[in-house]
Amino acid sequence: MSDLENFRTEVRAWLQENCPEEMRDGDITAENQCWGGRQWEFQSEAQKVWFERALAKGYTVPTWPKEYGGAGLSADEAKILDEERQAIDARKPLSNFGISMLGPALLAYGTHEQKAQHLTAIARGEIRWCQGYSEPGAGSDLASLKTKCEDKGDHWLINGQKIWTSNADISDWIFCLVRTDFDAPKHKGITFILMDMASEGISVKPIVLISGHSPFCETFFDNVKVPKSYGENNASVVGEVNRGWDVAKNLLVHERGMLGTMSPLRGTSGPESLGKYAAEKIGLDASGRLDDPALRQSIAQAELDNWAYNLTVERLTDEANAGNGLGAKSSMLKYAASELTKRGTELRMDIEGTTAATIGEDGIEYGSLANNWLYNRAYSILGGTTEVQFNIISKRVLGLPSQ
Amino acid sequence: MPLILSEEQEMLQDAANGFLAEKAPVSAFRKVRDNKPADGFCRELWSEMAEMGWAGIIVEEEHGGSGFGYVGAGVLAEQMGRNLTASPFFSTSVLGATAIQQYGTEKQKEENLAAISSGEKLYALAVDEGPRHNPSRIAFSAKPSGNGFTLSGAKTFVADGHVADKLIIAARTSGEQGDPQGITLFLVDANAPEITREYTPMVDSRNAANISIDGLEVTGDDILGELDGGYGALEGILSAGRAVLSAEMSGSAQQVFGVTTDYLKEREQFGQKIGSFQGLQHRAAHLATEIEMMKSAVLKSLKDLDADFDNAGMTCSLAKAKTGQVAQLATKEAIQMHGGIGVTDEYDVGLYFKRVHVAQQMFGDAGFHSDRWAKNSGF
Ligand SMILES: Cc1cc2nc3c(=O)[nH]c(=O)nc-3n(C[C@H](O)[C@H](O)[C@H](O)COP(=O)(O)OP(=O)(O)OC[C@H]3O[C@@H](n4cnc5c(N)ncnc54)[C@H](O)[C@@H]3O)c2cc1C
Ligand SMILES: Cc1cc2nc3c(=O)[nH]c(=O)nc-3n(C[C@H](O)[C@H](O)[C@H](O)COP(=O)(O)OP(=O)(O)OC[C@H]3O[C@@H](n4cnc5c(N)ncnc54)[C@H](O)[C@@H]3O)c2cc1C
Repeated sequence: MSDLENFRTEVRAWLQENCPEEMRDGDITAENQCWGGRQWEFQSEAQKVWFERALAKGYTVPTWPKEYGGAGLSADEAKILDEERQAIDARKPLSNFGISMLGPALLAYGTHEQKAQHLTAIARGEIRWCQGYSEPGAGSDLASLKTKCEDKGDHWLINGQKIWTSNADISDWIFCLVRTDFDAPKHKGITFILMDMASEGISVKPIVLISGHSPFCETFFDNVKVPKSYGENNASVVGEVNRGWDVAKNLLVHERGMLGTMSPLRGTSGPESLGKYAAEKIGLDASGRLDDPALRQSIAQAELDNWAYNLTVERLTDEANAGNGLGAKSSMLKYAASELTKRGTELRMDIEGTTAATIGEDGIEYGSLANNWLYNRAYSILGGTTEVQFNIISKRVLGLPSQ
Repeated sequence: MPLILSEEQEMLQDAANGFLAEKAPVSAFRKVRDNKPADGFCRELWSEMAEMGWAGIIVEEEHGGSGFGYVGAGVLAEQMGRNLTASPFFSTSVLGATAIQQYGTEKQKEENLAAISSGEKLYALAVDEGPRHNPSRIAFSAKPSGNGFTLSGAKTFVADGHVADKLIIAARTSGEQGDPQGITLFLVDANAPEITREYTPMVDSRNAANISIDGLEVTGDDILGELDGGYGALEGILSAGRAVLSAEMSGSAQQVFGVTTDYLKEREQFGQKIGSFQGLQHRAAHLATEIEMMKSAVLKSLKDLDADFDNAGMTCSLAKAKTGQVAQLATKEAIQMHGGIGVTDEYDVGLYFKRVHVAQQMFGDAGFHSDRWAKNSGF
């Protein structure tokens, strides 16, 4: 048996033994995941047990080095772990922006001390991070951001505003893009900085979305003092001052990679297919076809596209592991995943008809189909709009000229 | 198993790429089209392909083939799609070889596989009987007579039917039209006097024939697979054909897309490269994404055929549906983005548009396959 096959056998056995039944429910949603952080309370004993066992093994962040709390797995091993986890429908023991976004950026740009402090805390689920990129005047055109960061000798002084900061109200720290040079060309005066959300002068205000429920906030910085260093060699700035754009871009690739590898119609292919679900709700005609030909065609098309999409995630990951990095192709996955996600809930709404369009006395119920359907409109906007992904694909993948 | 080519398969791809660019580029296809040789392809080229082991690409080595399986056949077909190479590869090396290798008796294998691998004999599969693919509606009759059967009926759109030495005919030995039970496959000599073959030139300038048979006597030895139970075998052969056709269409789509993006980078209008206009960029980006999806679908179907032939039918259907859509989009967009030059005969993109249309129709278009798959999935 090869090493990888041995590893698969081991992992399978470990998962069987350690992942509690309740954590294998197939229906993995934003609501039932474990997010961690100072304000986190486990939703069940099973969730806690699962988190703790995974942590002990380094499986909250399997590919990170052991010294920072990971398991030091190779890409091939990590893929096997993921496959085996999905084979039993197990949830991830921990998921948050620290794991999917900040961590990889710190691994690439952080000092040893920054990694030792922040990565370890992320791996252990102690600190929950939020992302302070967008501003009211800097959305797609992120590099025109204006939040001001001044050098005051022993500390930085920050004034300005961020918007759309997901979960700012329940996060512990924020990774932020600020302007340190207003005279330089716009990409050259940006710095990537880490701040404790408890710092004096930071305030947050929730934004209500069309879906009702809102994990999004406006974040205000009013004379916030950020120390230059959180300890020796542990700067608050990641990478060089005025060169934060490189870190920001690296992080966006991971963000798109993460958004692009979610399973958009999860639970809708295979035995629990959207088609079968529709067949139960609507019924079949005499020839065994869904009794609504137009809807049937749309569902079949969505499932077909979803199938090809999932295979593409697999293939591009295999290619990346074999040596050709994913690079700007992550924009393709981000675009495809967000469009499919929207189609998935649109189709469910159509299948359910007026039932799903009915809301409760207190408005749209959190976690309901209508809530997801409305919230999903944001997928092709957050993390860079579909149009912006198209611009990136045109230039970076296809090499088309600029005007 | 990772969803990428192995080193050996990549080498095959490079070899095919080099060989076809030199011996069978689009200009060679144009020559065949314009000179209208009776065969509809170049025999010399076919012999050379056979010498390289391509004719027997899926045939196992013990029968004289090169044993590369369906991924290997797909790798070749993709390169042929890029170059619009005309040859009997699809009819003989994919359909014929699959039929005999998967469903033939030892004797049938002995008699046919080496002849396929050497490029000596050509094969064709006769399935459809109308303008749209519909294998379950086979009416072509095979009536019991004496110790055997008498074949009578007509088949349409038989790829390479006019040049084939042997025909594989799907006929009804029992049951009613529409009934999957009662279909039997027969392997017959194409030159029998009871067989009339009419070459039907197609819009893609490839070869097809209408075939009618009037009272051809055959025996039990001519049956390929099971009596009355031939539908499963037919499905298997069609699945292989669908996957390899998808690979060919994928090659064509990737090629025209490359040509188009090159054009967008060169052509100037309004004092700028047209590739800098967002109206074109966004369509190109969308298409590039769809092409990635198509490539994954094709590779998966080929790998499934190699790993578990009998259960690959649905992925082959899905691949054919996805590829049909994407390849059509790619060729349509190629013409549009080239402007006026795109609709000229002199320019190549129109040739791809025509070929993809025909390949899309062959063995079921996207609508046929999504319907088939939906029904199979219980809705
Ligand atoms: C639910 C949600 C959560 C979010 N979470 C976070 C977060 O945690 N942290 C964070 O920093 N940000 C977050 N964002 C912000 C998100 O990244 C921005 O909303 C996004 O980048 C788009 O910016 P905008 O909203 O200002 O739209 P705009 O940039 O104003 O875009 C308006 C329209 O113009 C189009 N457009 C803009 N520029 C171009 C162009 N060059 N070519 C073609 N079309 C163009 C866009 O595609 C869009 O259709 C979140 C957003 C949402 C909706
Ligand atoms: C069958 C036929 C008959 C014709 N008859 C006549 C005739 O009788 N008389 C005559 O004078 N002309 C005639 N024409 C020429 C016709 O008007 C041009 O072909 C047409 O204007 C397009 O120009 P082009 O072919 O140079 O393409 P290009 O201008 O090179 O366009 C190439 C591609 O770039 C796109 N593109 C170009 N500029 C932009 C932009 N700013 N923004 C976004 N996309 C852009 C185009 O839409 C196209 O997709 C004919 C053409 C054809 C095909």
